[in-house]
Amino acid sequence: MQILYFAWLRERIGVPREELESTALTVADLVAELRSKDPRYDLAFADMRAVRVALDQQLSDLDAPLAGVREVAFFPPMTGG
Amino acid sequence: MSVSVQAQDFDIATEIAALTGARKDIGAVVTFTGLVRDTAGHETITDLELEHYPGMTEYALDMIEIKANTRWKLQASRIIHRYGKLPVGAQIVLVVVAAPHRKDAFEAAEFIMDYLKSEAPFWKKEGTPGGGKWVDAQARDLDALKRWS
Repeated sequence: MQILYFAWLRERIGVPREELESTALTVADLVAELRSKDPRYDLAFADMRAVRVALDQQLSDLDAPLAGVREVAFFPPMTGG
Repeated sequence: MSVSVQAQDFDIATEIAALTGARKDIGAVVTFTGLVRDTAGHETITDLELEHYPGMTEYALDMIEIKANTRWKLQASRIIHRYGKLPVGAQIVLVVVAAPHRKDAFEAAEFIMDYLKSEAPFWKKEGTPGGGKWVDAQARDLDALKRWS
């Protein structure tokens, strides 16, 4: 699946997007998998209260299942307007 | 109804004229324009960089506009949101709403702006003399949504 990062998550992780083969069942599993990959991810995901997630461009939550999902995006709370 | 997510600037008068056209049934047009301020708290702001999530942004703006049109009897509406690096004083966002009466137009414009603040995938980074700083989401912006539920 495609993983996208925005704003300070993108800066901390160092890439705007990446392709990842994962067997994670939920968003929380995927976050745990990423955090174990590299300290940059561990730092970016250290405080999950400050992280929002969208699955295939729809706002979702950490417990959401990943079955069939092609695009996962992580970002801080939005500041539009 | 229409939304645009764009880097380029917009002209308010042109946008209003495009909405009202030759129509004779519109009684009220409310517009809101958001601009880049030169200060945030005690900090001097030199520019504002807006990042967004292409694809999801257009979808989110469409949904917000549909919600507003479902809730109020609007005759026309338009949302323009810019992205990229904008200088102080630049226009960031435009909401135009037309309705037979002003109350619907005022409320719908405010509703759209409240939702844009918290549900449109934009992230602002303020340029300051000491470097760039991501803008934190404000609790008051989330509180503003509650009155519409």
